[in-house]
Amino acid sequence: MSRFIALRLLQAIPVILAVITVTFFLVRVAPGGPFDSEKAVLPEVKAALEAQYKLDLPLFQQYTAYLGDLAEGDFGPSFKYPGRSVNELIEAGLLVTAELGLYALLIATLIGGLAGIFASLKPNSAQDYIPMSLAMIGICMPTFLLGPLLVLIFGIELEWLPVTGWGDIPGDKILPSITLGAAYAAYIARLSRAGMLEVLSQDYIRTARAKGLPEHRVVLKHALRGGLLPVIAFLGPAFAGLLAGSFVVETLFQIPGLGRFYVQAAFNRDYTMILGTTVFLSTLIVLFNLLSDILAASLNPRLRHQFHTGGMP
Amino acid sequence: MRRLSLTEFRRRAGLWFRLESTQERKRRRGFARFTKATCIGCLLTLVLAACMGGESNVERGNREGGLHYGNGAEPQGLDPHVVTGVPENHLLRALFEGLAVKNPYTLESEPGVAERWEFSEDRRVITFFINPEARWSNGDPVTADDYVWSWKRALHPDMGNEYSYMLFPVVNAEAFAKRELEDFSEVGVKAPDPSRLVVTLREPTPYFLQLMDHYSTFAVHRPTIEKFGKATDRFTKWTRVGNIVSNGPFELEEWLLNRRITMKKSDSYWNKDKVSLNKVVFYPTDNLVSEERGFRAGQIHYTYEIPLAKIPIYQAMEDTPYVQAPWIGTYYYLLNTTREPLTDPRVRRALAMALDRDTLARTVMEGSVIPAYSITPPNTLGYYPPKLFDYDPQGARDLLAEAGFPNGEGWPGLEITYNTLESHRKIAVAVQQMWKDALNIDITIANQEWKVYLDSVTTMNFDVARRGWIGDYVDANNFLDLFLENGGNNNTGFAEAYYDELILNLAPQAKTREERYARFFEAETMLMEQTPIIPIYTYTSRHLIHPSVCGIPSNLMDSLNLRYVWLDADRTSSSQPCESQSL
Repeated sequence: MSRFIALRLLQAIPVILAVITVTFFLVRVAPGGPFDSEKAVLPEVKAALEAQYKLDLPLFQQYTAYLGDLAEGDFGPSFKYPGRSVNELIEAGLLVTAELGLYALLIATLIGGLAGIFASLKPNSAQDYIPMSLAMIGICMPTFLLGPLLVLIFGIELEWLPVTGWGDIPGDKILPSITLGAAYAAYIARLSRAGMLEVLSQDYIRTARAKGLPEHRVVLKHALRGGLLPVIAFLGPAFAGLLAGSFVVETLFQIPGLGRFYVQAAFNRDYTMILGTTVFLSTLIVLFNLLSDILAASLNPRLRHQFHTGGMP
Repeated sequence: MRRLSLTEFRRRAGLWFRLESTQERKRRRGFARFTKATCIGCLLTLVLAACMGGESNVERGNREGGLHYGNGAEPQGLDPHVVTGVPENHLLRALFEGLAVKNPYTLESEPGVAERWEFSEDRRVITFFINPEARWSNGDPVTADDYVWSWKRALHPDMGNEYSYMLFPVVNAEAFAKRELEDFSEVGVKAPDPSRLVVTLREPTPYFLQLMDHYSTFAVHRPTIEKFGKATDRFTKWTRVGNIVSNGPFELEEWLLNRRITMKKSDSYWNKDKVSLNKVVFYPTDNLVSEERGFRAGQIHYTYEIPLAKIPIYQAMEDTPYVQAPWIGTYYYLLNTTREPLTDPRVRRALAMALDRDTLARTVMEGSVIPAYSITPPNTLGYYPPKLFDYDPQGARDLLAEAGFPNGEGWPGLEITYNTLESHRKIAVAVQQMWKDALNIDITIANQEWKVYLDSVTTMNFDVARRGWIGDYVDANNFLDLFLENGGNNNTGFAEAYYDELILNLAPQAKTREERYARFFEAETMLMEQTPIIPIYTYTSRHLIHPSVCGIPSNLMDSLNLRYVWLDADRTSSSQPCESQSL
């Protein structure tokens, strides 16, 4: 097992290096630079700015200098927010985005799981079709449509919930979490329905029923454990996806998360910030994929065997 | 099927579940009940919290004397010699104070850190007398030496201060900033004693006092900056909460990135008895739509802007919180005079005349802007620009025919470039249609992402490009020097030696305001005869202001001085007069 993990970590290094290199040179190709502004900047001032950010060095030297800083875990200073390091900005954004992602995932698991279980109890009946159609709509509906709809209904018409901010007013975390969680709830509903259907047709469930157990105990106690396995395997990559893909919701609800920094950095040509967030997020995705592989392996004995013999799943 | 014995059944079934004893079951049920109760409790609290909401920011603010202010965007930072931008301006003018500040009602300069000032006979030397009561927030007195050191920092070529040119009217300041001069003692700013700052100007500069209220000329606290790094280092942490030492009416209390910045009234400010607010909270509200919703929900007292589509709704309201006023800025189109067919001034003039600005302002801009026919906004401290043409489709057609394109025949085509934004697109589409209708010429429009657009404009890689200019100070010079031959913001190819002479030499040497304005008028007439730009409208400042807010009058600079602001919770309509401040 440890050999497998070590191998995967080694494989991750060239992937991340490739991400750094491609991003580093791509952002330089984009027209316009971080110091272009609507009011013309004096050439002397621009030269001083470039010197402060080491942009006056030859490009390849900048690249090696950046790799050197990165090896020490330093993403460099931000262009847009002088006096703030990219590390600091990522940290501030990550905490918020992770919190939002966690709530969204909780909501998704709760709603999606319940809907899936409910549907699986009476397959091919109204009880199945209605939640599954809703799930289909949930998968198809983009967040930039669902978000404003929820705001219109619960924020403006009913005036139940605040519509912007994060942690400023009680209740302002509810709408963004639901908006972000909805699509994932739909996936989880479908996954848990499929998982539950498979488990419910197993012999041991028949045994449990034969024993005369009430239906809710059969479902909650016996079927659930096996039926939700596919959902658990899905949660790892889903969380990584939530971290990297929450910028639409963050923009809609004015949430100071990582996604918003990421998008703004691209518009501002904030070179260090674009690089920093890209490298950080790609590392995160690589790690989460590795984690979910390990989790899958520990749950599935056949895969585990492959790890021990050194084969790749 | 063989009947299982009870033991056998238990053994087999036990593979999947454990049969529990009564005791175990009780314990489990107890736990289940506990979990259930907790869950329901949590849910109820959540729903209650969500529904009750409690006191809104505005209500709490009115009770505690705290202003909740929509400030547009997260500031780049709080170092006066590093940042640029309007949100930064609001923050810095609350934290710091200049030598002279602008009165928000009249825009005239009044005492700030300097209690008075004297001009020399030739108006080239200003002596500022520092208020002996002026203090830094750590208790240190503010001295003239602070200014000499700070201006050296602001101008230092290593600093990369984009606003260093604000101090260029000072003798030798430009040379020092451009590394042509090493020795700062040759720059025209001296402190003969701690209470006197003597500034020598290259030539009389009527707007120089106004610049003292711009953050690039503010003093910064030398020991604090040196404690956290090199004076010219942009990346130090001296502006963080707990580190920063400032000299304005407010002190930094809390800075949550992208969430809010909170300031409290300063105890060390020399004029603290005239400060009514106890607290100001600035919110980065870059999404206008969300900001307006926040205003309606009582989350903020004052909005940075208002979405265009909401303007008619607010304008129709009785007792509307919507406040609109002319702002010192012009929205215009740059014409690339080096490209065919725009090399011909008749074509440029025809395009300018074929635009129905009144209709554009009324329909596309929802009546929220003022049609413009020249670059300087009207009544810029008493200066009125020339108006050389009016909306005249027939005259435009004649001019275009003269230039060789009768009824648009032989027209080579033209492209309007603008940066991606809905309102720019709407205007470009309207202009395209108006030119088509009046002149029968084909125009294409192209949007570009912001930095790409800036690149196109600076390298003059466009036919027609959208542009806006907001003045840094109230003076025609700030608009007319854009079109100097080597001006970095000219971007049109316009170059006239006599125009440069008027702006650079003749106007500054004028003896009276009338004479100076006459020279500006002459220059501006020359500019608009050549028509290297098509002025479209004069900007307006547009805010939603809660009726409880007093002391934010509209002015041409959209300039706010928080020292003048107070909250009157009893004032429920914007039509009621503000009770005079009980100080």
